[in-house]
Formats: sequence, C-alpha cells, structure tokens
Amino acid sequence: MSWDWQVFCQDTLDQTAVAGCFGKGGDITYLDWLLSAWGWTVSVSLLALVLALVLGGLIGTLRTLQGRPWVVRLGNAWVELFRNIPLLVQLFLWYHVLPSFFPSLQQVPGFVLVIFALGLFTSARIAEQVRSGLESLPRGQRYAGMAVGFTTFQTYRYVLLPMALRIIIPPLTSETMNIFKNSSVAFAVSVAELTMFAMQAQEETSRGIEVYLAVTALYVVSAFAINRLMAFIEKRSRVPGLIAASGAGGH
Amino acid sequence: MPLSIDFSFYNWDLVHNFVLKGLYFSVMLTVVSTIGGVIFGTVLALMRLSGRKLLVLPATIYVNGMRSIPLVMVILWCFLLVPMSFYALFGEFGRDYRAEMSAVVTFVAFEAAYFSEIMRAGIQSISRGQVFAGMAMGMTYGQNMKLVILPQAFRNMLPVLLTQTIILFQDTSLVYAIGAYDMLKGFEIAGKNYGRPIEAYLAAAVVYFVICFALSWAVKRLHRRIAIVR
Repeated sequence: MSWDWQVFCQDTLDQTAVAGCFGKGGDITYLDWLLSAWGWTVSVSLLALVLALVLGGLIGTLRTLQGRPWVVRLGNAWVELFRNIPLLVQLFLWYHVLPSFFPSLQQVPGFVLVIFALGLFTSARIAEQVRSGLESLPRGQRYAGMAVGFTTFQTYRYVLLPMALRIIIPPLTSETMNIFKNSSVAFAVSVAELTMFAMQAQEETSRGIEVYLAVTALYVVSAFAINRLMAFIEKRSRVPGLIAASGAGGH
Repeated sequence: MPLSIDFSFYNWDLVHNFVLKGLYFSVMLTVVSTIGGVIFGTVLALMRLSGRKLLVLPATIYVNGMRSIPLVMVILWCFLLVPMSFYALFGEFGRDYRAEMSAVVTFVAFEAAYFSEIMRAGIQSISRGQVFAGMAMGMTYGQNMKLVILPQAFRNMLPVLLTQTIILFQDTSLVYAIGAYDMLKGFEIAGKNYGRPIEAYLAAAVVYFVICFALSWAVKRLHRRIAIVR
C-alpha cells in the first residue's frame, strides 16, 4: 500500500483534487475540514476547561470549609456523582435525557451540551485536586489568617488559595491534557471535532491511515503545546523557596 | 410536553436479553485488559528502568505516545489496522465478534502504557537498600525483581492499580465508537427496541454509578488497611 496525501486536497463533495489544497468559493477540501475540526476540538476543550476550573475551584474550596458539614457533604456528593459515571454516558444524559425534562434545552446546540458534559465531568476531578491542595497546607496558615482578623472569604482569597492553586499546577496540567483527549467523545453526538472528522473522512475517502495519522498528529501537537504552556505557567508562578524544582513531573 | 418516565418495561427478560450480555463483555474487557495491561505494563516499566538505551527509548516513546492520544483514536486505529484476515482465523466467531476482539487488543495495548507508569512509580518507591540486599544475597536480576522488588512495588501500588481499573471499566463504554456490544450498547438497544431511550440512558447511568461507587468505596477501605500494615 502506498501513501496518498493528496487525499487532503480533495473536494469533500465531488472528491476531485483542488489546486492549492484549500477550497474556493464556499467549497471545502478535506484539509479545510481537518483544520476546522481541530478548531472545534480546541474551542470545545478550552471552554470546558474554563467551566471546569471555575466549578472545580469553587466546589473544591467549599469541601474544605470548617464547621459546615452539609456544604462539605454536598461537595463530596458532586464529586462522587460526576466521577463515577462514564463521560460518554454523561454526554448522553445531557444530549438525550435532560432536553426531555427541560424542553428549553432542545434549542441549545450540541457543542454547548458537550462543553457542559465535559466541563462538569472534569470539575469533579479538579475539585478533588483543589481540595487536596488546600488540605496539604499546614493548619497554621488558616489560623494565621484568622489571627489577623480576616473573614473566612478573605482567608481563602489572600492566604490559602494563592498557595494551594500554585501547588496543584502539575496535576492540573494532566487534567488539561485529559480534557483535550476526552473532548473526542463528542463524536457520539455529532460535533464536528477531530475524531468525528477522522471517522467521516475515513469512510468517505477510504484513506484511513492518512486521515488517522493527521488527526493523531494534531492531538499530539495539542497535548505537547499544553504541556509546554503549563510548564511555563508553573515556572512563573512558583513560590520562591517553597516548591522544589519539579522537572521530574512525568507526563 | 408532559414527560412520563416509565421503567415498567425493565423486567428480567429485557435485562437478560440485552443488558447482561453487554455487562458480561464490559467486565470481561476490564478484567482481561487489567491483567494484560499489568503484565505488559510491568515489562515496559522494567525496560524504562533498565538504563539501556536500546530498551529505554522504544518503551518511552510507546508509553508517552499512547498517553498523548485519546483512547477513542486508539480504538479506531486498531479497528482499521488489524486486518480482516486476522479475524478470519477465528472463523464464524471472528466475523461476528470483530469489534469486540479488536476492543480487547486495543485496551490491553492502551492500558499497558498507563499501568507501566504506575508500576514504574511503584518500583521507584522501593528503597535502594532492598535492591542491594537482594544483590548481596547473590540473587540474579531476575530473582531480585521477582522475589524482592516487584512484590513490594505491586503491593504499594495496589490501590492505584485498582483505581485505574475503575477508570478502565468506565472507559470500556468508549467501544461505542466501533459498535462493540458493551453494557451501554445493551441499554441503548433495549431503549430503542422498546421506544424508551430516556429510561434506558438513565438506567445505564445508575448502573454504572452503583458499580463504580461501590468499587471505589472498596478501594478506599483497602487503601486504609494497607496503609496501617505498612
């Protein structure tokens, strides 16, 4: 079997090769489609990441509140709920089940539901990291905040969270890479991201190996880019003298 | 639109006909790929720790490569690459269960990469004195690994290995991509046949939740027991 990379220059409708590989006048080639699929993967993942960081940070923090057992229990229930159901099943719940309970969801486009499913799924994992980051701090830090007359909110805002969030950057790096990988389940609800492209283009062109290689390469490039970016953030936000150089963190 | 939820169609016949077959495959896939993954993962970990470039490099590339692509893509790759002639070896069975067999191969290969990282951490957590003690007793490399290092590494990492197995069980639902018949598929087909897809997905979520929650509770208890002994 021989390589045929020309497949990416083909028009998606009539399968004829297009000069310059990019479609003109509204027609698209497989290369155009591949790049737009990458765009979908990146945007779905990044938006889900924002949602996951906000919710995960909030819930992880609530789980460490002292003297509020019900808030803690609610936070724990959230984490257990979203951690113990497979992502694909959660996605089906968002896509098939919830819209029949809440008809207004039927107007929401599929990729928004994917963002919610992926974001909430990851928020449980991030909440767990945030909680363990906060609990790894010495108890004296909380008392120090109380001693200078901070309210609970101020203690978290100025004392505990700035430390904890920097400690958990390495596990957050893997969660960020996971979110990119997990975004591939969106194929199941027909969002036009990379995996969906791979399946469709493979079927249409019968050039599975070339198509899959390109898609796999884009996933690897994305994962590597995130890894470098997070390493940079980690370096910039390191607490001087506290966290040992963590070059060994294996990804 | 008034919504009525009706679970009454979920009787034993239906569970027996659709769901159990899928559950059986999901559990079988989890067990086989845990055992296979731990074996190949340990080999990969030993290769990476051997210090010989010829062994370290391929193992590192394999592990990091597998860990940077989504499982769904690996499933698709394997389904595409393993030729039909391989399945033809198994005759009728190979033709009927092509997706399922492909899934087993994929999961063993994929999980080996993740288990190898766990085993590597486990082996590295053993103090050097243990290695030297084994060498002082005149043990060969193989004896030292088999009798001294690996049993301890395995024991230290047991909770992490089991947690990975729970994740693996959840991930088996991704064989949806190639249409293999797992538990999720069983629920989905049942829901379609009876025109009750919503109840089917809800029931699937509940079953997955109960299984995974119970398992992670058990792992937590085990972790506590092992932690006390050490």
